[in-house]
Amino acid sequence: MAGVAQLQRQLVDYTASLFHEGFLDDQFNQLQQLQDESNPDFVVEVVSLFFEDSERLLNELAKSLEQQTIDFKRIDAHVHQLKGSSSSIGAQRVQRVCIAFRNFCDEKNVEGCQKCLQQVKHEYSLVKSKLETLFKLEQQILAAGGSIPFPM
Amino acid sequence: MCTSAITSLRQNSGTKITALVVDDDTTIRVIHQRLLKNLGIENQVAKNGQEAVDIHSSGKYFDLIIMDMDMPILNGIEATKKLRAMGIHSMIAGVSSRSMEEEVQEFMEAGLDDYQEKPLTTAKLITILHKFSSA
Repeated sequence: MAGVAQLQRQLVDYTASLFHEGFLDDQFNQLQQLQDESNPDFVVEVVSLFFEDSERLLNELAKSLEQQTIDFKRIDAHVHQLKGSSSSIGAQRVQRVCIAFRNFCDEKNVEGCQKCLQQVKHEYSLVKSKLETLFKLEQQILAAGGSIPFPM
Repeated sequence: MCTSAITSLRQNSGTKITALVVDDDTTIRVIHQRLLKNLGIENQVAKNGQEAVDIHSSGKYFDLIIMDMDMPILNGIEATKKLRAMGIHSMIAGVSSRSMEEEVQEFMEAGLDDYQEKPLTTAKLITILHKFSSA
């Protein structure tokens, strides 16, 4: 079972690094605390919903910013929604870019908005791949007959 | 702490507490439902303010309504005003990521009993429930 202990340590270290580097904040802990035996996949389910929603919103944002006449109100509504859902799962860096994005919307600054869209896409793909790695590690531990060391 | 708030709520109502989650965001609806369920509160969802009004028009009643502010079709401010005009006396707690005082004030004046900034947590939900049980 040395493999399990090693994987568990790896998971604890990896999770700590995600908090340390600001990818996640305390809200992610809140989600983990809501997961129990009656809801063993709660975090994965919620995060998957977040991925689906975010991808839809990011596509909408890209389309809206390509228009001849830019509807800043519509863009702001999408960014507001992304800010709300990212804060709800604890994706702190995505949430922070959304705040800057909304300021550029207020100023009707097209260049600023385009820059923020690239940033938010970048932060989103980073946190997505980090969370996928985290979930994969959890799966490996479970497959090896170990338990997830919660709460961290 | 949460147990006492819930116990007194149950004593007041005599039955299980019920809640309605009103939010246009799927991820947030699922989290709010789970937060409520975790405290033993039965709940339903509405995807916007109009759906919340329609559910009440059909005769349903909830002890608590968790209301988002920015939603399509009918936003939280308008929905709260409509519900109050319909004579709905449920506790309505606004939960939104808006933090500017004027915005929160406008939402409160629409008829809210409480306002909490997103993200909603167990601790914030307990604060709402304490206000409810002491009302």
